Amino acid sequence: MKVLVAVKRVVDYNVKVRVKADNSGVDLANVKMSMNPFCEIAVEEAVRLKEKGVATEIVVVSIGPTTAQEQLRTALALGADRAILVESADELTSLAVAKLLKAVVDKEQPQLVILGKQAIDSDNNQTGQMLAALSGYAQGTFASKVDVSGDKVAVTREIDGGLQTVSLNLPAIVTTDLRLNEPRYASLPNIMKAKKKPLEVLTPDALGVSTSSTNKTLKVEAPAARSAGIKVKSVAELVEKLKNEAKVI
Amino acid sequence: MTTLVIAEHENGVIAPATLNTVAAAAKIGGDIHVLVAGQNVGAVGEAAAKIAGVGKVLVADNAAYAHQLPENVAPLVAELASGYSHVLAAATSNGKNILPRVAAQLDVDQISEIISVESADTFKRPIYAGNAIATVQSSAAVKVITVRATGFDAVAAEGGSAAVEAVSAAHDAGKSSFVSEELAKSDRPELTAAKIVVSGGRGMQNGDNFKHLYSLADKLGAAVGASRAAVDAGFVPNDMQVGQTGKIVAPQLYIAVGISGAIQHLAGMKDSKVIVAINKDEEAPIFQVADYGLVADLFEAVPELEKLV
Repeated sequence: MKVLVAVKRVVDYNVKVRVKADNSGVDLANVKMSMNPFCEIAVEEAVRLKEKGVATEIVVVSIGPTTAQEQLRTALALGADRAILVESADELTSLAVAKLLKAVVDKEQPQLVILGKQAIDSDNNQTGQMLAALSGYAQGTFASKVDVSGDKVAVTREIDGGLQTVSLNLPAIVTTDLRLNEPRYASLPNIMKAKKKPLEVLTPDALGVSTSSTNKTLKVEAPAARSAGIKVKSVAELVEKLKNEAKVI
Repeated sequence: MTTLVIAEHENGVIAPATLNTVAAAAKIGGDIHVLVAGQNVGAVGEAAAKIAGVGKVLVADNAAYAHQLPENVAPLVAELASGYSHVLAAATSNGKNILPRVAAQLDVDQISEIISVESADTFKRPIYAGNAIATVQSSAAVKVITVRATGFDAVAAEGGSAAVEAVSAAHDAGKSSFVSEELAKSDRPELTAAKIVVSGGRGMQNGDNFKHLYSLADKLGAAVGASRAAVDAGFVPNDMQVGQTGKIVAPQLYIAVGISGAIQHLAGMKDSKVIVAINKDEEAPIFQVADYGLVADLFEAVPELEKLV
């Protein structure tokens, strides 16, 4: 079966972001960009499905600027077969991205779509669920285990307080949580091979999708800083402070 | 202007996060209705009717809604949503699962995990793991929003007397089914609702050593959490994880033991009222956010702390 994986180019998770002085957003100039960590897990899961003989083809798609081709090449080096970039320089909302992915799903007809549960920049946690709604497919979000068998997929989900397993009819949408797998690193020969794999570039217009939004970001501010308190010298002093100063115990 | 709040409930009991979500709805203003969807949820509907500030409770009692499968619950919410200005759910794993599906069906953008209500159409929410706060305005006819429970003080669970109305709409997409659930059992308070949280990090060295934290927690009536490093190292199960990718907590007192204070962990606990850090590395970043820092060997400090509290 064909598996579609969606990946997003985001600020590398090790970067400490800074808010721009004019409060229009965060400063992305000269900042290291990477594949969203949850998307890496999505790629890895697809590659494992292919290694198990469950998946026959892995198509990786990204919605973003021209530079998102770097993340698509990374996915190709990790084992995806071909790539699609839906190029847009605009900052798109999750709904717009979901509509674009729906257009790609219509075109590619995958049996399984795997996405990260959320991007570490916008922290929305929406796109997979929205894609599922627009496609009319079942969804297995926050997956820690994915088991395809016949025309169904069993997804074990990380929920508050434990795990839940659901069975979904294929085609279905899966979003990954951290413990689904540990992504591999791309080997040098595979990075070289990835350069020759096909990468198609599309536009929202060509897909006939409007990316207008009902959300508008008015400003972005730095959070209220929490200042360091004091160092106590002993457990006894700590307990005294907690009882008499902070009054929390 | 009327807000529909999707109730979170389990085993016939309203989850505390619902009370915080109703609080957010009250900040928006206007009437508040609560939807209880599930199977055999009559008692939950009665309990929801007692929540302070709630004007009406809608109860959709149907086997299709039994395990909150989003394929079935989202169409129900989307159908009801047309009569409302706002649809709110707690940003729990359940709310996060269902609400974006509702938003897409309504063709509107969702606003995730708001931490404050600026006006009826403008909200604040953390982005970049809490390293920036965005102010977002929605022009949607129905504003679809998830609420971070720690951002709002819970309303009273008692005192209201709302009318309860049955909703007959049955949506069974037939695309998904519940298989099983494995919930961690604990006598301690739930992490996100606890007044005191004791968390351990990589410094705990192994899972067995968490017993020191459990016994301290039991003396304090606290919940026990962990950093991602401790979870990834296999010391404790992942539902104990506090952080950007785990639970977001904001207790009265947070005691971080053997936790270095990675950005990802701070994102999950920095709104705690009082933070205590116990770490033998005096350079650990956790001390930069701690109200009280103690540079000490945790294996000596924690038992001593337990004795003195």
